[in-house]
Amino acid sequence: MESSRKISLFNHKLNTKHFSHFKWQINGDNIFKLVGALFASSILLLLGLMIYELIKGSWLSIQTFGLDFILGTKWDPAISRVFGALPLILGTVVTSAIALLIAVPISLGIGLALSEYVPKKFGFAISFLVELLAAVPSVIYGLWGIFVLIPFLRDHVYSHLQTLFGFIPIFSGPIYGGGVLTGGIVLAIMIIPTVSAVMRDLFSVVPTSQREAMIALGATKWETAKTVISYARSGVIGAIILGLGRAIGETMAVTMVIGNKFQVWPSSLFDAWYTMSAIIANELLEATYDLYVSALMNVALVLLFVTLVINILSRLIVWRTLRLVRGMAKE
Amino acid sequence: MKSIYKIAILIVAVVIVAAGVFNYHFSQATQTTPSSPSATPTPTPTPNPSPTPAPTPTPTPNPSPTPAPTPTPTPTPAQGVALNGAGATFPFPLIDKWAAEYNKIKPNVLVNYQGIGSGGGIQQHTEKTVHFAASDAPLTAAQAEKAPNTLHIPITIGGVVPIYNIPDIPKGLKFTGEILAGIYLGEITKWNDPKIVAVNPGISLPNQQIVVVHRSDGSGTTFIWTSYLSNISPKWKETVGRGTSVNWPVGLGGKGNDGVAALVKQTPYSIGYVEFTYAKKNNLAYGYVQNAAGEFIEPSIESFAKAADYAAVTLPRGDESWSKVSIVDSLAGNTQAKGAYPITSFSYILVYKELNVLPNMDEASARTLVEFLWWAIHDGQNYASDLYYVPLPSSVVKHNEATIRMITYNGQQLHK
Repeated sequence: MESSRKISLFNHKLNTKHFSHFKWQINGDNIFKLVGALFASSILLLLGLMIYELIKGSWLSIQTFGLDFILGTKWDPAISRVFGALPLILGTVVTSAIALLIAVPISLGIGLALSEYVPKKFGFAISFLVELLAAVPSVIYGLWGIFVLIPFLRDHVYSHLQTLFGFIPIFSGPIYGGGVLTGGIVLAIMIIPTVSAVMRDLFSVVPTSQREAMIALGATKWETAKTVISYARSGVIGAIILGLGRAIGETMAVTMVIGNKFQVWPSSLFDAWYTMSAIIANELLEATYDLYVSALMNVALVLLFVTLVINILSRLIVWRTLRLVRGMAKE
Repeated sequence: MKSIYKIAILIVAVVIVAAGVFNYHFSQATQTTPSSPSATPTPTPTPNPSPTPAPTPTPTPNPSPTPAPTPTPTPTPAQGVALNGAGATFPFPLIDKWAAEYNKIKPNVLVNYQGIGSGGGIQQHTEKTVHFAASDAPLTAAQAEKAPNTLHIPITIGGVVPIYNIPDIPKGLKFTGEILAGIYLGEITKWNDPKIVAVNPGISLPNQQIVVVHRSDGSGTTFIWTSYLSNISPKWKETVGRGTSVNWPVGLGGKGNDGVAALVKQTPYSIGYVEFTYAKKNNLAYGYVQNAAGEFIEPSIESFAKAADYAAVTLPRGDESWSKVSIVDSLAGNTQAKGAYPITSFSYILVYKELNVLPNMDEASARTLVEFLWWAIHDGQNYASDLYYVPLPSSVVKHNEATIRMITYNGQQLHK
């Protein structure tokens, strides 16, 4: 009883002592601290300003349409001047999901290969090349999509897909070349570098003891790899969501290959569709009246909100896994 | 631990103050930025081809031995004048060419034009942050209300043409307005539709689905195209309407004239619409369109000019409302307009009638702007054809002359 009081007293003393010694001094250390904090907080300020401006810009649209904006399925700037973003939201989410379906297995393979199978020497070269892909500007992916990928897919892939699986509705219908599937493929190519780099990092922090234990139990290399994946699984989920975040925000490449058709649901994977970022890039320059501009701002607000939530989620998961795995490794 | 909170509060306070200062400066700056007094004119190495020797002698302000008599800091023409414009992308190559050529004649004048889109141009014009703006469409009544006393000066003419990609069928497929509206409404879906076959005797059209391509971005091209379809088809007018972007019933969207041209080029059995220039540049097959006189007109510089000529008769005065002006509309019912291509339109430069309403405009700049505009509608037209633009017919040039004479600075007429 007494001892505990003593301790608390002592603590209190320590605190006041700490306070009384605290004084503002102009020295290099304090200036550096201040400048550093200023730079760090500028990011927050920027984000805050961005959200503020977007809300201010889209206020007219929020007032006019309210929740109907998110649930509406009509985008008519010419006659009725009604704007609804549901088809855009669906288009964004579905193309991103297709991109993930394609990119995740490939990225998983790249990550595993780099951490488990490929000798270090080649591993460096491959991971360098993969990261180089991330540096290619998206408009170049778009141009490549229009002039190389679309004719190739239309003539050599989609037509065969249709003859093989044409009885399934999603593979029926006219083939234009551009469309939902093409958009998904281009997006997949763009997010593979990001996702695979995170996965490689995750797998390489899995403790060697895990692998040694598996091998000691007589496991094959493949079984060992499976353990590695399951060890880092929540991190893998985070990496996937990180890729999703990137896919959702991507603009130019998708705009150039998706076909830009405003409809609630496409008739097939080959049909054209639209995404949130694409409609902003397309229509903002020639938006001729206030409500129109405001509606596009509103789309931007929705998009920002979706990407923020997804990115925060993925970061949390990745951090948690890395900490968990590293903590275990120390033990 | 608490010291950190203190620092945090301090930082937030500093940031807020800094943001306030920055904001204040920024708002000050936007009012004065475009004046850019240090516009260094690039002395061109080519011998000066101007017929009239420029009254302003040297491009570089030499330190003269005599002390400058004017202590005012306002830039005089000798120091170089920068004219800033912004707006439509369609006339950008032409205005850019004008800027370069005019700089050869008047080395102290620098014209900066940014192709940011008609909407952006009109906005900057309304906010008075540019000296002149360019737009593919005249100001609507609502826009004109926000920017009163705006003069419209048609500077060039553009034509929108249907392009298509049908293997083995070269240019010259004939279209009526009804057919085009049918295709873009999704009612005509096959190339061998009886309506298309009826106006194209002797051409064997394939039994193939028509792939419709339109612009995905907002654009003046779309405005002209949808205006034409609205005039032809009551159903189009009611369900889709006219606008820089509309709610398309069918089709794929391509970004920009280039995007539509690329999509049509890549997609067999497709149809699209682009500015004539892009059809020419990309070697795309383009169609002939029927006008109100019943003729099928090949799109060409001549047939566009003819269309503008017919429209010039009814043009309002430069300072009146132009919101109703449209070559497409004026040709829609004109059965007398022989030889005129029906999907034609003006591209405009917008300036204020009284130039002192612009915060960054002084008298010298105003005078320079008027001289430049005068040059653009006369000598400047010689550069149009090379870039596939249509030179203004003399009727429109005359009309513009009257408009430019209306421009004043502090009530003083600038061109007599």
